[in-house]
Amino acid sequence: MKHTAKKMLSFVIVLTLVVSLCSVFALADEGDAFKIGGTGPLTGGAAIYGLAAERGAQIAVDEINAEGGIQFELKYEDDTHDAEKAVNAYNALKDWGMQLSLGSVTSAPANATSAENFNDRIFALTPSASAPTVIDGKDNVFQMCFLDYPTQGGASAQYISSMGLAEKVGIIWKNDEDYSTGLRNSFVDTAAELGLEIVAETTFAAGNDTDFSVQLTEMQNAGADLVFLPMYYQPASLILSQAAAMGYAPKWFGVDGMDGILTMEGFDPAMAEGVMLLTPFNADSDDPATKAFVEKYQELYDETPNQFAADAYDCIYAYKQALEAAGATPDMTNEELNDLMIEQFTTMTFDGLTGTGMTWDASGAVSKGAHGCVIENGVYVGLD
Amino acid sequence: MKNKTLNRNARKNFATYGLVIAAYAVLQTMTVTGSITSSLKGMLVPICAYVIMAVSLNLTVGVLGELSLGHAGFMSVGAFTGVTAAMALQNVVPYPALRLLIGIMVGSVFAAVAGVLIGIPVLRLKGDYLAIVTLAFGEIIKSIVNNLYVGVDGHGLHLSLLTNKLALAEGGKIIINGPMGITTIEKLSTFTAGFLLVMLTLFIVFNLVNSRSGRAIMAIRDNRIAAESVGVNVVKYRLMAFVTSAALAGAAGTLFAMNYSTIIANKFDFNTSILVLVFVVLGGLGNMLGSIIAAAALTILPEALRQFADYRMLIYAIVLILVMLITNNPVLKGYVDIVKGKLTGRAKKTDGPAPEGGAGNGK
Repeated sequence: MKHTAKKMLSFVIVLTLVVSLCSVFALADEGDAFKIGGTGPLTGGAAIYGLAAERGAQIAVDEINAEGGIQFELKYEDDTHDAEKAVNAYNALKDWGMQLSLGSVTSAPANATSAENFNDRIFALTPSASAPTVIDGKDNVFQMCFLDYPTQGGASAQYISSMGLAEKVGIIWKNDEDYSTGLRNSFVDTAAELGLEIVAETTFAAGNDTDFSVQLTEMQNAGADLVFLPMYYQPASLILSQAAAMGYAPKWFGVDGMDGILTMEGFDPAMAEGVMLLTPFNADSDDPATKAFVEKYQELYDETPNQFAADAYDCIYAYKQALEAAGATPDMTNEELNDLMIEQFTTMTFDGLTGTGMTWDASGAVSKGAHGCVIENGVYVGLD
Repeated sequence: MKNKTLNRNARKNFATYGLVIAAYAVLQTMTVTGSITSSLKGMLVPICAYVIMAVSLNLTVGVLGELSLGHAGFMSVGAFTGVTAAMALQNVVPYPALRLLIGIMVGSVFAAVAGVLIGIPVLRLKGDYLAIVTLAFGEIIKSIVNNLYVGVDGHGLHLSLLTNKLALAEGGKIIINGPMGITTIEKLSTFTAGFLLVMLTLFIVFNLVNSRSGRAIMAIRDNRIAAESVGVNVVKYRLMAFVTSAALAGAAGTLFAMNYSTIIANKFDFNTSILVLVFVVLGGLGNMLGSIIAAAALTILPEALRQFADYRMLIYAIVLILVMLITNNPVLKGYVDIVKGKLTGRAKKTDGPAPEGGAGNGK
């Protein structure tokens, strides 16, 4: 008796779901705008990146649409930084009628969606998924950010060594995350080549990432005068505040995942004072385009844009340049656009907020420079 | 009376098979005619995998009466071993379907071995130890896979722990790459494979439950001392149910992983275990049909709510709470019972299968 009651109710619920599912994904009508879709973590632990990318891209789309000429329609779907959800989000975008893709914002989901992009022949330009596996073997997946493992970890070690920032380096890294592990490995390799001394290395993993007293004490005991933090901003914010609480003040060196720490809710930006990080985007730049973007972003969202926002902004403008150069029209299919975009991106040179004279090779990797930044009085200041 | 119960059980089991076949037929027709949305199409294989997970966990939780909090751990074992086997055989076995089959078999064997290793010490104990140990097991598996590097070359498989020390010969490739997991999976899973695996799972579970062994398992669940006193080998039958459940979870893991081009160990964390447990609790303990419907509905629900954008997960949580409350509401239950009473009074034969047949459209 009871079971039947439950069954009938579940049945009703499922039926409602299926009906709503059918109504949600009604086929999109043919418009006169290019439909650009992307997935990113709009909720959950990595939400700062997804939201920044969505907002950055939206600002670019609004600017371009206001100019007249080429028109864009942008849609971001939430993937909660999970590969399975990212594929679901990607499929939802396909139902919406996506012609060009912004891939995924973070690396693990991007590994999954880029394979779908490749199979479906929908061109993708990811603003910030930096793992080499995202573009590996896929001719139509391109990156706006630089590859993390070969470049960023090594570049950080190179930077520390050439600027003479530290004698003894400590590393705290997250050993169950590809982003952190990849950066740490390339940092250690380059450090060994340059003769940079690494005095301590400790790890943490998801689930024990709230108390860092053991790791910090080890850094302190080993006498590390610079600590390299190849991780996303959330654990980094805890490390910084816990180090401050125990009176340990080495130099801190972060990576692009650290970007976003200043706008994190409940984090005192004073804690991040003096943190150095490599990022291709500097919100304090005198460049008029950057200034205009930063002002607009601050006006709309009341915070300073990070590198992810700038990368996504650049993605939209890179699409605009490529589409105009190719003479593409919104009524083209995704296959046609895909071929045109591959041709354009491998030949064109693009100037954006995150670098000038950017070029892409056939593998989809971008070539552009990285700047060292230091956080002073709650804002990024260029080191050079 | 006894005969009637048996008939009811058999009828219910066949209704479950029928429902799954009907759902497959409808969805497959929609896929062939192209009237299915990409969104739903992309969820078919994960739904099959979650259905198998829910049914197999229901065997442990509902039939055996033990709480397992690490079912995703078995899924993880199955996923990583199964995919490794399928990838290592890429140049040896030319048929994709056969590679998938081998992968699923390898995955379920490894998961079963893990189940035996955990079950032998723990299932001898009384109390809630299994919950604690399976919880730890899930975390251990996650940690191991995150630090595991596996590669294949002409000489065979190479393993390395903690750091990547693989020295692969020319033409070799890395399969499991520590925290990056497996990134180059050939997508072999199909909806048909998932459907067949669901049917096989149901066949195994129903036949186990309705056998002499199954009755022994349920006797242990209901009263262990009484079961022991009539000579039921408690450890043996508990192990039988638990290992079957683990093996099926391993098969589901392989099926799930082979549907994506990438899989990481952190996917199979505590949250995934709890998600599967939610399917089981929502569907009803011991009720396989309920598990199937709950798994399918709760996989589709978050996607169907995408139109609510930022409020999506909030609404998902509210729906979950409401469903739990409503299904346990005595007033509503009484009302449904009255309706059911009238139905049975008027036409006895439509009683059992009626709601189930209807649910076929729902799935």
